[in-house]
Parts: sequence; structure tokens; C-alpha cells
Amino acid sequence: MKNRDSKTHTTGKSVYLDDIPLQHGTLFGAAFGSPVAHGNIKNLDLREAVKVPGVIKIFTAKDIRGENQIGGIVPDEPLFADHEVDFCGMPVAFVVAETDEAARVAVKKIKIEIENLPVIIDPRIARAAGELIVPPRTFALGDTAQAWKRCTHIFSGQADTNGQEHLYIETQGAYAIPQENDALKIYSSTQSPRATQAASCRVVGVPMHQVEVDVIRLGGGFGGKEDQANAWAAMCALAAHHLKKPVKYALSRIEDMAMTGKRHPYSSDFKIGLNEDLKIVAYEVTFYQNAGAAADLSPAVLERTLFHCTNTYFIPNVKAKAYSCRTHLPPNTAFRGFGGPQGMFVIEAAIDKAAAALGLDASVIQKKNLIRTGDEFPYGQKAVSEAVDCWNKAETLYDIEKIKKDISVFNASSVLYKKGVAVMPVCFGISFTNTMMNQARALVHVYTDGSISVSTGAVEMGQGVNTKIIQTAAHVFSVATDKVRVQTTSTNRIANTSPSAASATADLNCKATLMACTAIADRLKQVAADELHAPVESISFKDEFIFSDNIKTEVNWKKIVMMAFMKRVSLSEHAHYVTPEIHYDKLKEKGHPFAYHVFGTAITIVTVDCLRGVYEFDAVKIVHDFGASMNLAIDRGQIEGGLVQGIGWMTMEEIIYDASGRLRSNALSTYKVPDIYAVPKEIDIDFLQTDKDNLAIFHSKAVGEPPLMYGIGAYFAIRNAIKAFNPAAVIAFDAPMTPEKTLMALYSKKSGEQVFTQPEINEASVINP
Amino acid sequence: MIRFILNDTEQHTDMPPGMLLLDYVRYHKNLTGTKIGCREGDCGACTVLIGELKNEETIYRSFTSCLTPIGNVHGKHVVTIEGLNMADLNPVQKAMSDCSATQCGFCTPGFVISLAGFCLSKKEPTYENAITAIDGNICRCTGYKSIERAAAQVADLMSGKKDSDPLQFVADNKMLPAYFAGITMRLKQLSLKLNGALINKAKNPVYVGGGTDLYVQKQEEMKYAGIQFMSAEGTHSIRTEGKRIVFDQSVTVTDLIESSLIQRSFPAFNKFAQLVSSTPIRNMATIAGNFINASPIGDFTIFFLAINATVILSDGKKSRELPLHKLYKQYKVLDRKTKEYITQIFFEPPAANTFVNFEKVSKRTHLDIASVNTAVCITIDGRAIKEARISAGGVGPIPKLLEKTNSFLQGKMLDEGLITEAIAIAQSEISPISDTRGAAVYKSFLLGQLIKAHFIELFPQMIGANLAVARR
Repeated sequence: MKNRDSKTHTTGKSVYLDDIPLQHGTLFGAAFGSPVAHGNIKNLDLREAVKVPGVIKIFTAKDIRGENQIGGIVPDEPLFADHEVDFCGMPVAFVVAETDEAARVAVKKIKIEIENLPVIIDPRIARAAGELIVPPRTFALGDTAQAWKRCTHIFSGQADTNGQEHLYIETQGAYAIPQENDALKIYSSTQSPRATQAASCRVVGVPMHQVEVDVIRLGGGFGGKEDQANAWAAMCALAAHHLKKPVKYALSRIEDMAMTGKRHPYSSDFKIGLNEDLKIVAYEVTFYQNAGAAADLSPAVLERTLFHCTNTYFIPNVKAKAYSCRTHLPPNTAFRGFGGPQGMFVIEAAIDKAAAALGLDASVIQKKNLIRTGDEFPYGQKAVSEAVDCWNKAETLYDIEKIKKDISVFNASSVLYKKGVAVMPVCFGISFTNTMMNQARALVHVYTDGSISVSTGAVEMGQGVNTKIIQTAAHVFSVATDKVRVQTTSTNRIANTSPSAASATADLNCKATLMACTAIADRLKQVAADELHAPVESISFKDEFIFSDNIKTEVNWKKIVMMAFMKRVSLSEHAHYVTPEIHYDKLKEKGHPFAYHVFGTAITIVTVDCLRGVYEFDAVKIVHDFGASMNLAIDRGQIEGGLVQGIGWMTMEEIIYDASGRLRSNALSTYKVPDIYAVPKEIDIDFLQTDKDNLAIFHSKAVGEPPLMYGIGAYFAIRNAIKAFNPAAVIAFDAPMTPEKTLMALYSKKSGEQVFTQPEINEASVINP
Repeated sequence: MIRFILNDTEQHTDMPPGMLLLDYVRYHKNLTGTKIGCREGDCGACTVLIGELKNEETIYRSFTSCLTPIGNVHGKHVVTIEGLNMADLNPVQKAMSDCSATQCGFCTPGFVISLAGFCLSKKEPTYENAITAIDGNICRCTGYKSIERAAAQVADLMSGKKDSDPLQFVADNKMLPAYFAGITMRLKQLSLKLNGALINKAKNPVYVGGGTDLYVQKQEEMKYAGIQFMSAEGTHSIRTEGKRIVFDQSVTVTDLIESSLIQRSFPAFNKFAQLVSSTPIRNMATIAGNFINASPIGDFTIFFLAINATVILSDGKKSRELPLHKLYKQYKVLDRKTKEYITQIFFEPPAANTFVNFEKVSKRTHLDIASVNTAVCITIDGRAIKEARISAGGVGPIPKLLEKTNSFLQGKMLDEGLITEAIAIAQSEISPISDTRGAAVYKSFLLGQLIKAHFIELFPQMIGANLAVARR
């Protein structure tokens, strides 16, 4: 089945937040963000701004009757800065005006005096200053202190990854409409309707039953709208509640990029020990997460970094410690992979360093240490592994030996261009690591004409979850998919939703849909059994007809639905699904947090132009563990899209803050995501189809996040090509590998450990094009 | 009063001519299929087609409506996604849908429009040209592979076009709505109502060419500015006058790409142009605008500096000639009076022993601003350099002609040692700064590499690839 939305998408009829028809009298908001990263507010002067024609009111912290607080995990994030600003772009005021234009003109007329305080943008400096969001966490397996003695080879080093802007093409936004009796309806571009509802209620000071959050769809989310959609909704809610008028705010791209957090940059130290057989015996790692100015989802992201610190390898002795460091950047947040990619980059860097020192190809070490079924992860869960199968299949299907041979032949004869190859195996755990969040509900109605309505807590943002929900319902009732409609995601229909995140949205919401549909189907079967005087076990649905003992009867779908209605049998069901088996003890840092793991292996081949320092990806060849895919087209799209997003993170996507904490890569002209020419010329995807029993919906494993981490192979492929050009090249493990870093590495010199680092950009040196 | 045809209906509006087409269609006409992604021409979500009468036929080009003032569509046909919709999905939409080339869907109308632009263009309907048509559209979901598959299907559908008129072909094959067949006639009728170009009453008007930079830098101010639309005041022709190749201020990058005269003069021109912005921006941006914008990294400024172009500046009464390299005095400070604007640009085409190359490196190879760009125009006799003109951008406050380097090279014998020496001189006459496009030390080194690239590209027999291997 194709994506249900493809028809409205291609005709421009799909409705996103900014397309919702406006109610008469709608007002427009715009936020004023702090111009500096850290300081005390001495004076906020709104006098000129309120004089702008059309301005109705400017809201600040003083106007909040509820609580000036939107922090989800930790209550450390005011909606509006009150006395202190903690990051550049931190909202201080919200202008509401009759037109969008007037609101933005007024924002520019707001004056603020701030007494500057020291700015920290480096997580290691924050850690040294004791600026931690939450206490550090440590995962341990075996005993590393003892294990080092058994290692023949020990290597240590540092690895850094930069952040990543989500760059959903639809910016953040919300539209709040007052209802009778002080209630509010909020349209929001949010991945997390419950969180948006809760934050808005907290700020406005009303109970949650007074506020409905309704989400039609998102023009991309990628984690960026999991917690960070809340502020705009809360501002609109506050203003709408106060003014009794509808208030809308759709952020401009510049506002969105400046005010919202991104993927967390990490700086990490590693130490790896191998025995003579190249088995990794011990691994120690310390992560310094750059959390930004408030917790947001950082503690959860930090946790997943630890969960994935050994990627897809079995290492018997592990000690991993992680610090969530408070800096003066916008609060960093969820982004596809959720800390996992940052953890995996470090172990891959450690393996690369070991391989280079031992004169080996990294894939030799990678292959020897793949996790097998029954092996224990550092957090205590035993693996049910497809790692070896994926690796071996990739090796044979794509003939890795021939790839390597062809590359060495090419490199031997080419001077200006060098090729590099890297293998990137991944393992990603599926479930929210916070066990409590692994619950979902579905509300299914069958109408008397046989059409079916499904509501869940899932938010459609391009991942195709609504299509999978339709497939699930159509499968249970054995009806055509056009008989099923998935409704918008509304907190009035489905309460207390978990965010659409953690790759688990289809699993959770399809399972709940499956339960609800099955309950209705069971009742309909009883009606049919009574009508046909047949035992209920003999009744089945097939192609919109009732079958008895696999023989088609004259009773069709519509008829059985009407019969049930006449007999006063309920045609509606609200089902509640919780992922079984999972548990986690944070005190011991042990448990079984994941329903299952997803595995895969990617081979990345790159050609580096050694004269200019630019590169092109020849191919990425993947074997991916899909389980039994329930929608090949959608799942393929997730792999291709995730991979390219990962390659972007590792290559051209470079977040640049200057020393004063101001974002310099603040627009699409200065922050580059892959375009159509930047993607690999060839992406091969092999579906490792297995029908093993697992907790996924119809055994179809989650597919949202895992492929992003294939992109890490891009970094190591470039690295290998650079070394083919200059074997003595000194290359820091510092992603992204921009053309700048590539060129400087190509011509780096052996002497000393001098590594090219980009000098800090200060304000004086910035000139517009 | 601005008049144009929007999809199937004629519009006349008193909105300010500086108002953006994007805002007009979305918020005044409620055509919400045109999306807002960045408002700086870098994502393509707001792409529309603009049809313009040229020699009795309508030529369609993709534009980013976020950088298009409505004054620039006066007398033209504007097509939004709604204007492409038929009773069922049109073949472009069907290809996108069949190939699962749409995920969140926000960028999709832009891709459909750009592919429709490919269908309506006179270019050969190859797969490569279909991809070029969508090179200004960013998708964050799909990783583009499914979009490539859809583009291949569309190219296949168009393969029967051969030499026939694209408008006729798409009408005959029911690829676009039937009303397209009548547009040329309607534009002709509309042109009679226009009274020529828009009248500008401002004393000191803002001159707008394509608007592709002005509308990035000064969007709010431009809405109510007194604008003189330069694109309406010249032709799109590139012609020979005596020894010179001459064109007007209204000539766009696409006009150059499609000019056989330019192709003959610079056989690799289209390869260079591919490195510059994207199809819609190339469709909109004028060369004159690129010069006047005076960006230190303006790609075409760098190219035309090397080939020694001259501009003719006029204040409406008097005009004067000025070699391009004399236009730039300091950062964004020009030898130009307030009322002066470029009316024409000319240059002499390269002689048989003159060679031209253009190099550019940016974070993303396509649709990005250069970290460093450089062009060379070199005349040789055997190994003897008769004249060399190397220009470089991104290495100082102005687009720079490397005069010291060039005079050093003049009369010398070309070999690898000479290039190494020339690079040292070039690096001494530049003053790059560290910014988001790279550190100063990188830009300086990169310029050296790109100078090597010029010679390796142009004279592979004389300058071996080993020049590249020579370490610093």
C-alpha cells in the first residue's frame, strides 16, 4: 500500500499548521529572543514596540498566571526569561498583533539591557565548572580495571561529534483558538500532543481537560518537535486565553534555527583493549554531552548514548560514564537516533584507532566482535542478534573483497582521486528507554455503513505510521484500505499519549489498533455465528465477506456491521497496549529495556577529490534487519532517508556557534543539508526478512532511527580515502568531515600531533556575502 | 496595477509591486499548496512556474516565489501546484506517488512544480535534465532516491516529445490541465492591457533584477520600496556586435546557459554554471544583479572578471563604460552613483589560444555559496604565457582580480614550478577571514589548490596531476 497521504501531498492539498483556515479575528504572534547567551536582564523596554500599529499586547513572564515553566523531565526551563537569560534566542517576550507583519516589526523594536555573564559553549568546560543537568550515570559490565591486564593492545583517544539541525522543512508553529468556558483548542506541529497540552496547561493555569491539542500532520519532525513544539503552543495558548481571540505563530526559519535546540554535540574520551585474537576485552568511555541551557530531553538522550556505547559488539568488560553538561546554547533535544549515534561514533573511532595502529582494516576487528544471541549488553539485556547474519550477508551479497580490491587498484593508478570504503554495522534498541512511556491507545469506531475510523496517539510526520495503522485495521477486518480512515491526533480522543518517537510509534499504536479492531471483530464474529447458526470459531472475515469454515457466506461486511448495530452490539472499542517483558532498574543500571533490537550492516564507498578536498559517495550497500516488513515502500524510504540524514550529519552539516554563543550557521544559506547531488549515486538495500517471533507489529521491525547510523560509515570511508592519499595524515576523530577538514587532513603533516582545528569565529570576522 | 494570469484566472491587483508572490498566493489567494520553507530561495518548497511570452510562444521557468516580487510577474503566467491539478493525479504527481517519493509531503508540491517545469522546457527530456530541474528542491525525508526514480519515470514519459513543442506535447498527452493550451493567446491579450512596464514613481528607486539577493537580505524593506524592475527593460538575447559579445541587464544565468554563442565561446560553461545556485535561482538571477550585488564570492562576477568584461552604466541620461574590475572599491562599495544602473555587459570572446576555467569549492558542491571560487582566462603560445587573468572570490572584501599574480605570470614559461611560485604570490595578495565558510588558513590554501586545478584542467599535457601531490 502506498502512503495514504501521497495523493494530497502531490496535489498540494495536504493541510499543515500554516494552511489551517483562519478564524475571523485571528491574531498573530512573534517571539522576541535574547540577543545574548548569558546575562542578567537589567531592563526590558517595550515602549516603542507597543506603539507599532496593530500591536495588541506584548506578553512577558509577568503575564503568566499559571507557572512560567515548560521543562518536561526537569523543571528548569522557563517559557519566558524573567531575570536571567541562558541562551541566545531564549524567548523573553511574545508580541501579539493584528498581522504577522506588525508582530515582527514590533519584535525588532523591543529593547533589552542585559548585564553579560560568562558564556560556556564547551561541555568539558561546563563539566569542570560543575555545571551538570543531572548527576552523571555509569554503565558497567565485567571489570575493566582487571581486564586491562589481559589486553595485548590498548589504545586511547578523543572523539567529537557536532550537533545537527533538524531542518524539518515545515518550521515550528501553533494556533490556539479559545472555546467556550475558557477552554482552548490548540493546533500544533508537535510530535508529542500530550507534552504540548501539559506545557500549555501549566503556563495558562488550567486543567488538562480544558485544552485539546490537535495535530493533523507534520512537515517533518525528526525529534525536533518532540519537546520543542511546546513553547510556541504555550505562548499562543497564553495569549489566546488572555485576549479571548485566536492566536497563531508560525516561526520563520531564522527564528526556528536560532531558538530551538539541535542534536547534542558530544566530546568523548575512549580507551580500548584487545587481546591477541583481536577480541575487544575492555572498553572505557566518558561522554561529555553538550546539553545546552536546560534539560529538555537531555537526560534521556544521555541514557541512550550509554545503551548504545558498544554499538553492535560484545565487549565483556565495559565502563561507560556520561555527563550531561549545561552550556549556554539553546537546549539540545531529540534527533533521530537520540544519543545512540553519538555513542556509536566513539566505539567506531576506538576500533579505527586500534586498527590503524595495528596496520589492519577496521572491518577485521569489527567482524570479530559482533554480538551474538545470548551475549550480554552492558545494561544486562541478552541479545537476540542478527548482527552476524547481516554482516555475512553484506559481505557475500556485495562481495566486499572485490570492492576492496577494486579500490586498491583504483588508488594505485589515480593521483588526484582516491577511494575509501568503510563497513558500518549497527544495533539499535527499540522501545522508549523510560519503560513507563511504552504504552499506547487506539479508539476504533465502525460506522453503520461499514466505514472505519481509527484514532491513536501516533503523529504522522512522513514516516508512514498512519498508512501502517490503516493496514493493520484493514487486515483485521479484511476490508479494503479505503474503508479505513485515520483521524487527526487529538488529545480529546486519545489521552496521555507518548510522543511519536523512539522508532516505536508504529509498533505501539498499531498494536493498540490491532487490539481494538480484534475486540470489535470478535463481537462481529459472534453476531455472524448467531446469524449463521455456526460455531464462532468457524467464522472468519475475508475480502469484505463473512466466511464460515472457510466457505464464503452471503453475509458481507456492511451487512454484518448493520446486524450488529441492530442487535445493540458495540461497534466501538478503546484499547490499551503496553509493551510486555520490558523493565529497567536505574539504580543498578541493569534490566531489559528494549522489546527487541534492530541490526544491519552498511558498506560505504567514497571518492575524494584530493586536489579540492571534496568528495562524492559512489555507493552505500546495506543489509538491513526488517523482520517481516509490512510495507516495503515505506520501509525502504525510511532506510534511504535515514542514511542520507546520517551522511549529512557526518559530512556537510556543520553547526557553528561563535564564542559568544550566537548561532552563525543560522539559515539555509549557511547550514547545508544534502541536496539531490550530494546523496550516494547508488543505495542498495537488501531486506533481511526474518519471521522470527518478536514484539514488533506483525513481526515487522521498527525502522525509523536505525538507518541514520549507517551514515557514520561515511565519515570512516572519507578517512580511509584520505589515508590512501596521505598515509601519514593526522586526522582528528572530529565529525563532520567537511570539505575544509578533508582538505586540511589530506595535506596534514606527520610531524607532531598537530591537527588542524577550525579557529573560533568572532563577531568582527563575520561578513555577509 | 499589476496584471498577470494565476493558474487559470487573470489577476489585477493594487498590492505593492515589491510584495512577494509567495505571500500573495498563500495569504491573499489562499493557494496553500505553495509552502514556506526558508524564504531565501534555498529549499524550493515555494517553487512556482512563470510563463513568459517570447517570440510568440510561452516559455516556462521555475522560480522560487519567496524571492519573486509580484512586480516581476507583471504580464506573465504564474502556475502554482493548484494550477497543475487535474481530475486525477497528473503523470508527474502519479510518478511521485507511485515511487513513494513523498513522505512528510511538505517539499512535494515544489518537486512536482519543478518536474512540470522540466516537462514544459525545450531541453532534451533526459534523466539528467529532469534531475537538474529539481536541483533547487530540498527534501529532508526521502534521501532523494525515490525522487530520482520518479524523475526517471517523468523523463521516460517525455521521451516521445522529440522536437515537438513542449506545450503542445503535454496538452496532447494530457499531462497538464487543458487550459495551458490557451495561455499563449491569453498572454498576448493581456500584454495589450499592460501599458508597458510598471511605472515607478520613486525619486531614488531601488533597482531590482531577479531580486534573488535583495529579497534575502532586505525582505521587509523591499515590500514597500519604490522599485524599478530591470528585467522588464531589456531583452534576453545574447548577441554579437562587432568583435564583442553583448547582452542586456535583464539577461539571466539561464539565458547564458541556453545561448549557443556562450557555448561556442566557453565550451565548459554549463559545467561551471552547474556549480552555481540552482535551476530556479539561475532562472531568476541576472548577471547585472550579480555584479551590482558585489558579493566578494559572487560566482559570475568572478567568472566575468577573468574574461575582462565591461559594463555600461547609465543614470537614464548619460552612460559610461567601466571595466568590471574597476567597479569594486571596497566591501560592497562600488564605483557607481546612486541613480546609475547597468544597461549592458560586453566582452570579447576568447581567441583560439585563450583558455578559460572556473573552480568553486563549497561545503555542499551544489546550491551553496563558495568558500573560495576562482576563474582564469589565459592566453598562451606554446608554453609562453602571453596574458593571464586569474580572479578569486571569498578571499577578501571584494571579488578580486589577482593583479600581482597575473602580472607575475605574464611572459613566463608555463611549468609546475611557475605555478607554485604564482600561488605564493596569490596567497600574499589576498586577505581571507574566518567565517562559516571556512577558516582563513583554509581559504588561502584552497585558493592555491584551485589555481593548481585551473592548470591541471586546462593543460593536462603540460601540468601533471603530480602537482597536486606536492605537499605544502
